[in-house]
Amino acid sequence: MTPPETLAESRQNFPEAARELLADSQIRKNVRHATDVIQAKRNKVVAELPDWQDLREAGSAIRAHALEHLDHYLAQFEANCTRAGGQVHWARDAAEANSIILGLIQKHEAKEVIKVKTMTSEEIKLNAHLEAHGVRPIETDLAELIVQLGHDKPSHFVAPALHKNRQEVREIFQREMKLPELGETPEDLCAAARTYLREKYLRIKVAVSGANFLVAETGSVCLVESEGNGRMCLTLPDVLISIVGIEKVIPRFQDLEVFLQTLPRSATGERMNPYNSIWTGVHEGDGPREFHLVLLDNGRSPILADKEARQTLKCIRCAACLNVCPVYHQTGGHAYRSVYAGPIGAILTPQLHDMKDGRSLPYASSLCGACYEVCPVKINIPEVLIHLRGKIVEEEQKTLGGKLGLWNIGMQAAAFLFADASRFSAAQHLGQMGQKVFVSKSGFIEALPLMLSGWTQTRDLAALPKQTFRDWWAAREEREEKAR
Amino acid sequence: MGVSLRVSLFITCYNDTLFPGTGKAVVRVLERLGHSIEFRPEQTCCGQMHWNTGYLREAVPIIRHFVEVFRDAETIVIPSSSCVSMMRDHYLKAAEMVGDAKLAADVAALLPRVWEFSEFLAKKLGVEDVGATYAHRVTYHTSCHSQRSLHLNDIPLRLLRKVRGLQLVPIENPQECCGFGGTFSIKNADVSSAMLADKVRCVLNTGAEVCTAVDNSCLMHLFGSMHRQRTFTRTVHIAEILASTAEAEPWDERFPVDLPVSVGGTR
Amino acid sequence: MTDGSRAAILASIQGALGAAADEAAIAAEYDSLPRAYKRIGTLDGPALLELFTDRLLEYDAGVYRADTEGIGAKVGEILKARGVNRIAIPDDLPAEWLPAAFDFVKASRFTEMQLDKVDGVLSACTVAIAETGSIVLQNAPAQGKRSLSLVPDYQLCLVFAAQVVETVPEGFARLEATKNLPMTFFSGPSATADIEMTRIKGVHGPRFLDVLLVV
Repeated sequence: MTPPETLAESRQNFPEAARELLADSQIRKNVRHATDVIQAKRNKVVAELPDWQDLREAGSAIRAHALEHLDHYLAQFEANCTRAGGQVHWARDAAEANSIILGLIQKHEAKEVIKVKTMTSEEIKLNAHLEAHGVRPIETDLAELIVQLGHDKPSHFVAPALHKNRQEVREIFQREMKLPELGETPEDLCAAARTYLREKYLRIKVAVSGANFLVAETGSVCLVESEGNGRMCLTLPDVLISIVGIEKVIPRFQDLEVFLQTLPRSATGERMNPYNSIWTGVHEGDGPREFHLVLLDNGRSPILADKEARQTLKCIRCAACLNVCPVYHQTGGHAYRSVYAGPIGAILTPQLHDMKDGRSLPYASSLCGACYEVCPVKINIPEVLIHLRGKIVEEEQKTLGGKLGLWNIGMQAAAFLFADASRFSAAQHLGQMGQKVFVSKSGFIEALPLMLSGWTQTRDLAALPKQTFRDWWAAREEREEKAR
Repeated sequence: MGVSLRVSLFITCYNDTLFPGTGKAVVRVLERLGHSIEFRPEQTCCGQMHWNTGYLREAVPIIRHFVEVFRDAETIVIPSSSCVSMMRDHYLKAAEMVGDAKLAADVAALLPRVWEFSEFLAKKLGVEDVGATYAHRVTYHTSCHSQRSLHLNDIPLRLLRKVRGLQLVPIENPQECCGFGGTFSIKNADVSSAMLADKVRCVLNTGAEVCTAVDNSCLMHLFGSMHRQRTFTRTVHIAEILASTAEAEPWDERFPVDLPVSVGGTR
Repeated sequence: MTDGSRAAILASIQGALGAAADEAAIAAEYDSLPRAYKRIGTLDGPALLELFTDRLLEYDAGVYRADTEGIGAKVGEILKARGVNRIAIPDDLPAEWLPAAFDFVKASRFTEMQLDKVDGVLSACTVAIAETGSIVLQNAPAQGKRSLSLVPDYQLCLVFAAQVVETVPEGFARLEATKNLPMTFFSGPSATADIEMTRIKGVHGPRFLDVLLVV
């Protein structure tokens, strides 16, 4: 069964979705294994570079600079790409992007298209749109193929099928590729994929891809991959359509020297991934004779207006933050019910929806800061999380329901108490008395009321000590005073 | 270092209410090292709970209050790395948010005088051996703020290694969060509990009787689960270990465990 | 076409960013971005080639050496060791590099479908990066179009010692002059780790890679 698209669609908030996913031991085991492996590899290759922090600093500065002048660099990219024979299209939202892409495919009368993995196409739900209009999209990235044939959703944007183990993959391939005798080793499974896809590469005339970087200076596009399916889709067909978020532009060709060091090491823990393709427009006798680039906004440009949150768009989609996140480690990606999961998903998803969906996502974090530590472009995710929480609270307080909600009342009350020490002290004494009804014979509280019950579900709470520190100090001062 | 300092203690709202023993221990250690303590009774909270939960505007008066109370304190010591990180990472930002240049200036003037307890000992006083004795098997939990925000690195471990009789056992996966995260532990109780379960397993695997840290928030979280499971491992803040001597171990009425009663001193 | 959308998106961006800087200011800001990372290598010739070789061996690529006069003979030796015979080559590959007794066919004579049927491909490269074990091919003399080094199952690449640099930034400096050409960076044979994080080699690109270092 296909998992729901968004938290809104599943009528859940993150805590509820997480609770559901926590019950799935198979997914949890697969997620743990995968993230542990990638993390270990990442740490090893990062430790090799004495200038890693300098690379992060440069990467962060280049991305921030590009975003600050995004209109300038997009226009420059468009001019150069067009000059080299490419055709640039602009799509305000998902509907427009889908319409443009479908239109191009229909113009070439193609009934099938081969696809390179791109989260952007998942974001706009391109496959569903194509299928609804009689075009069959064929995923060529192994993980995306697994997800597609399994009628599933990606759970991690570098390794979309990491929630599946080999037995599950084998069952999917046996069924969908009609290979009842299929072996179970990863080698068997990859060989099956290779054969299944090779004839498609050589036959199908239209390909759809995403891209990792757009280079403004030259109008070039850069695709980072491992399997070679990207190269197949980029060079063999007649027509190539690439759908890319507007935030992916970088100023110059030279800037790739930073990102092609930090991206592979962060994403897959390699010094360099197997294949990087860089192409500019069309080239006579080499690759597609027609190249279309669809620039997608879909909620990105408004994020630029928020100076605190703008850094969200620096993301180069390495997924290092997912791999290191202790929350993601427990739930996997589906709990976020979004194409973009994990720490970056927690800040990007709600913003792409103008804070109208995914409002529980900024709270899906203990603010441990591990994500910020590994981000190759230094996105201060904890800071953005707090900033978004601020926006959510502010909005809630504008409604009567929000104002009268338990959290708001509790927080307002606490703020009132913290404003004055005598009030605070009185509240402490009240607590010492009032807790008696909750304290068991052993001196511990095992069940708390209302929303505090979340704590005592799995944890005890020691009863408040008979005397606060300040009272002890006051008593000590008094004693010392008397002694003088 | 020789010079006797007058140290202003910021106990923190939760230590004041739930872990007064930690405050007493800080007093004991610093007095033993020849310094004097003052406690400003007007103090309340650092504002972190409100700030981190998104009640940014509500946090500002709490921040102002802290700055006001400690404005002229020479040295402020805080037995909580999360509160110190709130100040270092967010106080200036809060002042900027409300466009208060004076508050920003006051914060900038105050921050250099603020110390987390263990970094105060090691960096400001240049002391690692504080004359402590604590003959127990102990493991150290690295709280996220202490490492990623304050960069304490191995300061707490160096302090623990100088404690007589203490057997220090390393813990697996120290970099992974225990799952407390303040209100996260309630808003996302299930995930928090799952993270806690992993962390508790690592603690129990060390075979230590005591798990220590520079933050009672994490320790409260850890002990919440360990007590529910009736394990034999306790949590003790590092200050209480450092306050411990051959004559008296930290006493705490909370624990239904037989501990040597404190001899002499104040109680 | 999408002119209305173009205007709308750019307006949205400009509205969000506020006042726009002029080109000179943008360029100045770009030039002052921090670049404290390592940009020049420190290894000398032999050490450099050794590092490059180590990286290639880690990828399970075969690594051979020859001097300029011995290229043809060495190529023959390598192809024989691989048990391959029919090799596609870029049209302008120097004849001296081609040993007799093998079937070399010029790429221009082939459709992609036919390329699928050859045993392998032989070409030169533009630059190689030792630190990452990467080789860059462009649509340039003796390198051919991109599909040439993609479709066949086996790839033999000639790398001249002078083409090897240590760091990625140095690699990009070498590419600066021809940055508009379509190019591919290879770092080992194609691979995936999508099934239980087990790294499997050779999914779609060439599964077998040999490098002949010409010193």
